[in-house]
Amino acid sequence: MAAEEGKVDPMHQFHIEPILGSQNWEIAGFNIAFTNSSMWMMITAIVLFLFVWGGMKRDLVPGRWQVMVESSTGFIEDMLDANIGKEGKKYVPYVFSLFMFILFANLLGLLPLGIIGVHPFTFTSHFTVTGVLAVISFAIVLLVGFWKHGFHFFSLFVPHGTPLPMIPIIFPIELISFLVRPFSLALRLFVAMMAGHVLLKVLSSFVIDGTNAGIGFGLLVGLPSFALMIGISALEILVAGIQAYVFALLTSLYINDAENLH
Amino acid sequence: MDAEAAKLIGAGLAAIGAGMAAIGVGNVFGSFLESALRNPGAADGQQGRLFIGFAAAELLGLLAFVVAMILIFVA
Repeated sequence: MAAEEGKVDPMHQFHIEPILGSQNWEIAGFNIAFTNSSMWMMITAIVLFLFVWGGMKRDLVPGRWQVMVESSTGFIEDMLDANIGKEGKKYVPYVFSLFMFILFANLLGLLPLGIIGVHPFTFTSHFTVTGVLAVISFAIVLLVGFWKHGFHFFSLFVPHGTPLPMIPIIFPIELISFLVRPFSLALRLFVAMMAGHVLLKVLSSFVIDGTNAGIGFGLLVGLPSFALMIGISALEILVAGIQAYVFALLTSLYINDAENLH
Repeated sequence: MDAEAAKLIGAGLAAIGAGMAAIGVGNVFGSFLESALRNPGAADGQQGRLFIGFAAAELLGLLAFVVAMILIFVA
């Protein structure tokens, strides 16, 4: 659906454009050009690195920055401790990186840099990116589960105290609900981010078109839409945090299944 | 009926799912707040469960959104 002249196309912000390289840079049929998506992934990784690096001073009396970093690692450590137990400590590096990467990606994508002509790209609003993150989490669950419990891992699909005649029914249901996990994990983050950004752009088209239609429409439609946009932006910051938290929380719950069965 | 019109009506009907998810999410947080005010000491320990419930309720609303988007832009 192409946008007509002068209209805001809410889907244009998700276009992936090559910044370095072109459509011809291919390996085995896959384009490897450096796109705006990869650029924002790099920016996120660099910002995250600087954030953590600035807080690694190990002072006895921590400064503000060190408290910020230590409380974010402590937050993840507490979450893993509550959900997995003392076994969870070895997953702190992975879940911390996952949580902070998603959080920083979501927040950087919300920055109002459009004012100075730079358009931030929210790569968590693409199913390929969130899908890979979810598949990594799921792969860790499978590896840990089979490494630790061998084929006993399949007892995860038969809850305790299931009556014998119920097992043929329960087993496929539990198996499907297990296999759909990476899909739902990826879908939740991707859709939540995409929906918020589409909503903001649709509201912005109300403001622009309303104001262009004359002062009456501008006051009647443009101004309330603009007020709503400010509110939705605040909500989006909340959603960015919640979605990163939910992703990390569900990952830790799934790892708990693999560590402790149930 | 025109196929394009049917798609748009279907996308509009999918928005009902988003509203239903809103009821679900409100229910999750409402029930949590209700019981958290009765026993504030136990509230902090249940925050993980609160967000699991929120995530489960929200996912279904997001699926409705995906259905609408697929009908408008893909199908």
